Amino acid sequence: MTVLVIAEHDHATLKPATLNTVTAAKACGGDVHILVAGANAAEAGKAAAQVAGVAKVIVADSPSLAENLAENVAAQVLAIAKSYSHILFPATANGKNVAPRVAAKLDVAQISDITKVDSADTFERPIYAGNAIATVQSSDAIKVITVRTTGFDAAPATGGGAAVESAEGVADSGKSSFVGREVTKSDRPELTAAKIIVSGGRALGSAEKFSEVMTPLADKLGAALGASRAAVDAGYAPNDWQVGQTGKIVAPQLYVACGISGAIQHLAGMKDSKVIVAINKDEEAPIFSVADYGLVADLFTAVPELVKAL
Amino acid sequence: MRVLVPVKRVVDYNVKVRVKSDGTGVDIANVKMSMNPFDEIAVEEAVRLKEKGVATEVIAVSCGDAKCQETLRTAMAIGADRGILVETTEELQPLAVAKLLKALVDKEQPSLVILGKQAIDDDNNQTGQMLAALADLPQGTFASKVEVAGDKLSVTREVDGGLETLSLSLPAVITTDLRLNEPRYVTLPNIMKAKKKQLDTVTPADLGVDAAPRLKTLKVAEPPKRGAGIKVPDVATLVDKLKNEAKVI
Repeated sequence: MTVLVIAEHDHATLKPATLNTVTAAKACGGDVHILVAGANAAEAGKAAAQVAGVAKVIVADSPSLAENLAENVAAQVLAIAKSYSHILFPATANGKNVAPRVAAKLDVAQISDITKVDSADTFERPIYAGNAIATVQSSDAIKVITVRTTGFDAAPATGGGAAVESAEGVADSGKSSFVGREVTKSDRPELTAAKIIVSGGRALGSAEKFSEVMTPLADKLGAALGASRAAVDAGYAPNDWQVGQTGKIVAPQLYVACGISGAIQHLAGMKDSKVIVAINKDEEAPIFSVADYGLVADLFTAVPELVKAL
Repeated sequence: MRVLVPVKRVVDYNVKVRVKSDGTGVDIANVKMSMNPFDEIAVEEAVRLKEKGVATEVIAVSCGDAKCQETLRTAMAIGADRGILVETTEELQPLAVAKLLKALVDKEQPSLVILGKQAIDDDNNQTGQMLAALADLPQGTFASKVEVAGDKLSVTREVDGGLETLSLSLPAVITTDLRLNEPRYVTLPNIMKAKKKQLDTVTPADLGVDAAPRLKTLKVAEPPKRGAGIKVPDVATLVDKLKNEAKVI
């Protein structure tokens, strides 16, 4: 039994999500291999070989893999899929894009967003926006899985010494092509990997107020900035800051929710945080039902006060 | 061109579901059901393509029991031209739905299939990608902008870290993200009109698809409860608690 992890990387470095996925892979049992599919991805391959507990790294290098097009990446995974009992993707935008494509071609069910490995064929995953946890068993020969990264600790990024093998890159499918990318610039820690997250909601009122009030707090704490769907939809914060069922799922050490009521869809994205602090004017707000520390106050006075007190 | 829009009947997003005490699932008897919100966005997008003169016909499809007819009628009230119900009382998992949709794609030959990115009940986020794989079509998932130009489709996708734009050759499969559009409200006259639109019913057997579930759900449990929190009177107390009690800063 051998488990394949599909690396999330930017061709030069490995993204932290890969390390959490490796931990889930180890829990499935057997040897763990990592596939690095990319263009000029030798550096990412080397980084993958350093991850503790990995037996082999396969680097597939081809211009067709430069932009993570689902059609090409899925074909690359399928080229080696048959030698594995489990194929694990991190549940990132890329992983979610490719994993079901691989599963369908293998004619197996895919298991999304697992938070726990009970045994080699039994897994736990949240459903209904995290309001229920389902334990599912797969009888398929190859288990194709996406891993909720906040459900597993990161494997140590150093200490391993896996052999690196190269695989032939697949040809371009010709059905899709990459046009362009708009990256949201940020010097802050990545939302899904941050130890502390401060998050703002609709109560901030405008994009200016959002950055005026929330940024000093994030700076002071060295935190990532998050937002509720309401704040994103109103244009106060960019899309990829959204925490929730339809945005990012986070589980930091400390989550500070400012002016967020706590709708089901938001709670699904953050209720596994270690400590939750809520600052809200409305003492009936549902966010207080999950908060370890709640402060009923106007965030426009409380947040600056908090910045000063830190 | 023809557009196929799969829609799912799910527990309304405002309902807080309860897990059944015997652990077999969640209690959805007598709970308000409605169209999956992402699917509403998919129908809206298809209807807008029709209004722009890009699409000629919009077909809504739903797989499940007879009550899914209501969901199809809603899609037709938004503006879909006709509906197809794939009727079964069996539990349907994404792979089975993708196979049923593949059979319908073969039959109806749409240029574009628009699905929601995920259903809010099983939270799988698989069906669109699986359909694209089975039908061997390119996919544009988590779309926040869609433009058709000739035999190409430009799709802007919401990815981690920002947006990316792809060009897909048609036919293609796309899945909608929240920001693709704002679905319109259905009006009473349109609800009445939708009742007269054509709705065909087929079964998985008619389509030659084995829709048996592949994954077995062993149990469904409540998520672990968080310990009760406390309310603090002021900022100073909050900082003190975070430093000395929770030790997170």
